[in-house]
Amino acid sequence: MNTSIALWAELIIAALALFGAAFTLIGSWGLAKLGDFGKRLHGPTKATTLGVGCVLIASMLWFGLTGTPSLHELLITVFMFVTAPVSAHLMIKAAMKLDRELRPPPPPR
Amino acid sequence: MTVLPVVLPIVIGLLAAALALSAWRLLKGPSAPDRVLALDTLYINALALLVALGVWLDTSLYFEVALLIGLLGFVGTVVVATFLLRGRIVP
Repeated sequence: MNTSIALWAELIIAALALFGAAFTLIGSWGLAKLGDFGKRLHGPTKATTLGVGCVLIASMLWFGLTGTPSLHELLITVFMFVTAPVSAHLMIKAAMKLDRELRPPPPPR
Repeated sequence: MTVLPVVLPIVIGLLAAALALSAWRLLKGPSAPDRVLALDTLYINALALLVALGVWLDTSLYFEVALLIGLLGFVGTVVVATFLLRGRIVP
């Protein structure tokens, strides 16, 4: 790391990267701490998407400002935002099939 | 270049802690969907760690690796969840 950019840009990149990493850690902490599969699914699928998005935006700013802009990060971001709900939906469907207690109660007559 | 050399090791440390937490859930998880969810979180955390490492080392080598991890991880999650759901992979 010997390239130099403006201080404000550096501060923005540092804040975005810190925010994203903290959100990713909070999501994984929720995955490790919460007690039920339905609760556990919330942490990673929301917080991690936001966290990874922020880290990718920070990386995009860094490589755009140091002279080698690339569209790879945008591709990864779009891919993550498209695939995360699909995989979460499939996982909760599999969990509801395997565990009878996760299913909602039948409607009253 | 004064802020980023201080902040990026902290970022990488936080992401490594997140990776360790999801790996712990992968080893411990009581049911099979827990392990699938932990593996999903694990590859997403590894992707973020690779991107942060790419900024730290100032190389764009890791983007293809991160894209490949995202693609294959999604395919793996879908395949395992479909297997748990239906008992077979091909519908």
